[in-house]
Amino acid sequence: MRAIGIILAGGNNKRMRELSRKRAISAMPVAGSFRSIDFSLSNMSNSHVQRVAVLTQYNSRSLNQHLSSSKWWDFGRKQGGLYVYTPTITAEHSDWFRGTADALYQNLVFLKESHEPYVIIAAGDGIYKLDYNKVLEYHIEKKADITVVVKSMDPEDDISRFGCVKMNDDNRIVEFEEKPMATDANIISCGIYIIRRRQLIELLEKANDEDRYDFVKDILVRYKNVKRIYGYKMQTYWSNIASVESYYKTNMDFLSRDVRDFFFKQAPGIYTRLEDNPPAKYNPDCSVHNSIVASGCIINGTVENSVLFRKVYVGNNCVIKDSIILNDVYIGDNTVIENCIVESRDTIRANTTYIGTKDDIKIVIEKNERYSM
Amino acid sequence: MIKKEMIAMLLAGGQGSRLGVLTKNVAKPAVSFGGKYSIIDFPLSNCINSGIDTVGVLTQYQPLRLNAHIGIGIPWDLDRNRGGVTVLQPYESQSGSDWYSGTANAIYQNIEYIDTYNPDYVLILSGDHIYKMDYEVMLEYHKAMGAELTIASMPVPWEEASRFGITVTDDNSRIIDFQEKPKEPKSNLASMGIYIFSWPILREALIKNKDVPECDFGKHIIPYLFNAKKPIYAYEFNGYWKDVGTLDSYWQSNMELVSIIPEFNLYEEYWKIYTKTDIAAPQFISGESKIERSLISEGCEIHGEVHNSVLGEGVTVEAGAVIEDSIIMANVTINAGTRLNKAIIAEGTTIGKNCVIGYGDFAPSTYDARVYNAELATIGENSVIPDGVRIGRNTAILGATSREDYPDGLLQSGGAIIKEGDRI
Repeated sequence: MRAIGIILAGGNNKRMRELSRKRAISAMPVAGSFRSIDFSLSNMSNSHVQRVAVLTQYNSRSLNQHLSSSKWWDFGRKQGGLYVYTPTITAEHSDWFRGTADALYQNLVFLKESHEPYVIIAAGDGIYKLDYNKVLEYHIEKKADITVVVKSMDPEDDISRFGCVKMNDDNRIVEFEEKPMATDANIISCGIYIIRRRQLIELLEKANDEDRYDFVKDILVRYKNVKRIYGYKMQTYWSNIASVESYYKTNMDFLSRDVRDFFFKQAPGIYTRLEDNPPAKYNPDCSVHNSIVASGCIINGTVENSVLFRKVYVGNNCVIKDSIILNDVYIGDNTVIENCIVESRDTIRANTTYIGTKDDIKIVIEKNERYSM
Repeated sequence: MIKKEMIAMLLAGGQGSRLGVLTKNVAKPAVSFGGKYSIIDFPLSNCINSGIDTVGVLTQYQPLRLNAHIGIGIPWDLDRNRGGVTVLQPYESQSGSDWYSGTANAIYQNIEYIDTYNPDYVLILSGDHIYKMDYEVMLEYHKAMGAELTIASMPVPWEEASRFGITVTDDNSRIIDFQEKPKEPKSNLASMGIYIFSWPILREALIKNKDVPECDFGKHIIPYLFNAKKPIYAYEFNGYWKDVGTLDSYWQSNMELVSIIPEFNLYEEYWKIYTKTDIAAPQFISGESKIERSLISEGCEIHGEVHNSVLGEGVTVEAGAVIEDSIIMANVTINAGTRLNKAIIAEGTTIGKNCVIGYGDFAPSTYDARVYNAELATIGENSVIPDGVRIGRNTAILGATSREDYPDGLLQSGGAIIKEGDRI
């Protein structure tokens, strides 16, 4: 492979509300059995990128746990491997990562000690399937300095939380605005970049000399007229986890057969840490409709239009509708949950009711005593 | 110098011929069980859960799937630098080549492997039983009793005792007599085919008996040690243990798993059962589907009805299909409008639209009455069933069948369609 990979997985986002209290966004559970970083990691592995670094900072414990073995994604080889880097105190400084460019700069050694000519930078919060080799071919063909993977959004999508780009007929990026107040653009950056390794080292060193720390603002936006920055249009599914709303919607997208077929049935696959749970168990009188159920669940009640992660127990006469139940949740009998996201390892008492609305998804966090069965 | 206190030798070479088309192309230990597991996962998981990290798996009959399943032992944490799992197949040597002619002969041919680890004790297991057992406790017992051989035995109902090998013990659990399938059993303690030997004793017995044809533990080695007055003890086991030797018992023990709190519980955190799995995706249950009393594994797409059944990984059930009292193994597709009742469908099979499987009443098998003697319709791996056919009870199908194989669109109860050597 001609490239190394770096996954930026350090950020927090207040719009994730309580869900990011105990985990990094890249470790957010997605689609029943996965974590959001699994998508970028699987793309790296499927594109035969052999050396991959994950840069993490906020709540890194959750992510470290998920990445405790690299075998699930087929890394951990003599040639290459998976490296997890957190901020560290050195002789020169004791700073946190002050921005995405600073995170890369503080790990310059990783870049300098590699010999592959290109670097693929991806975000840990993107849900997509992409062959980075195709992007790299495009990058070389366009003689680009930096290639940014972009996506056309529907007019009704709120794009104010993204970086918006405008491209000329040759797909060269002529305008780049970060989180614009108002824009007529509908093409956004997916936070996936390809750049020559030496070029990146040079840009990072220069940014650091000028006390600039943000990859988008201080490199992409600042250099857009100086460097040849191209957009590569991704045509397939892409979504990112940046707010409770987008998190809820992304999970619910997997109720569509097209989305499941794209991610799970078409090669190559998406990989994750496996957990050796038994098959899901459907007891008499349960009623499950239009839902995703992961391994190890035991269902006695009613589940509709919902996503159940691993090892969820649903008691008798419960009604779970339009909700996301994260890993290892125990729900006592006769409980009603609608339009909620239930935090992992919660124990929900019998005879309780939690109702959110479509516009205001309720986040349920309950730490009751659980009597083991 | 490597030194292991105890290593396990897992006998996984048997065909399990009474499972009919299910073991046509795979050894019995590789047959799937409980949705996502294979039968061999149970003894392998018992080993690692008991702290035994060195396991030799002896294979012989149709080993391809078994070898692929075991690999280097990653799912069971048996990929080790020292020890781990080793697949031991029959081999050729200067004096010729021998198949494993009996259970003890298979161990005899691998004395060198065992010697590598310099063990004090050797645990002999068979790869075709469903149970959870702590072999370390059995070893403690073996040491405490000063035994040279310990045989795990379980109490069975007296009326069934004549179907088993029976151990007769004194008050100290020392075995004073053996009865093989006795008409008048003197005890109801049945041997489970699980043995701990002190290795020097077993090694010597294997060498002494090396010229015995089809040398077998039950028939030759244990009687030899018994006659030599070696201390042989019975270790009583009272948990769940099933030999899924026939299609009917295989079906029954799968069905037991769907009861609300099954006797054999896979959902306990303690003593997990591990298996190799490739599918991580969750399952999807559609709006028009109906499911109750079933186990459903990862990656399934259910659009139809499933009642009282066990489904493996990656099964697709299209809208309008109805599955009752059946076992569906991995990657089977059941198309729209098809009804299944008491069927066992092996891996990778595709069943067309609007079929009826489990049609009509039971009839004795005209194909192989020894194997097929229950109401079950059994369809072997990678078979194809065309649209709109009816398949009776107590039937067997293997291979890609087409409409012409079914006169009047029907396979009568008791019938079979076997397409030998077909490669699709």
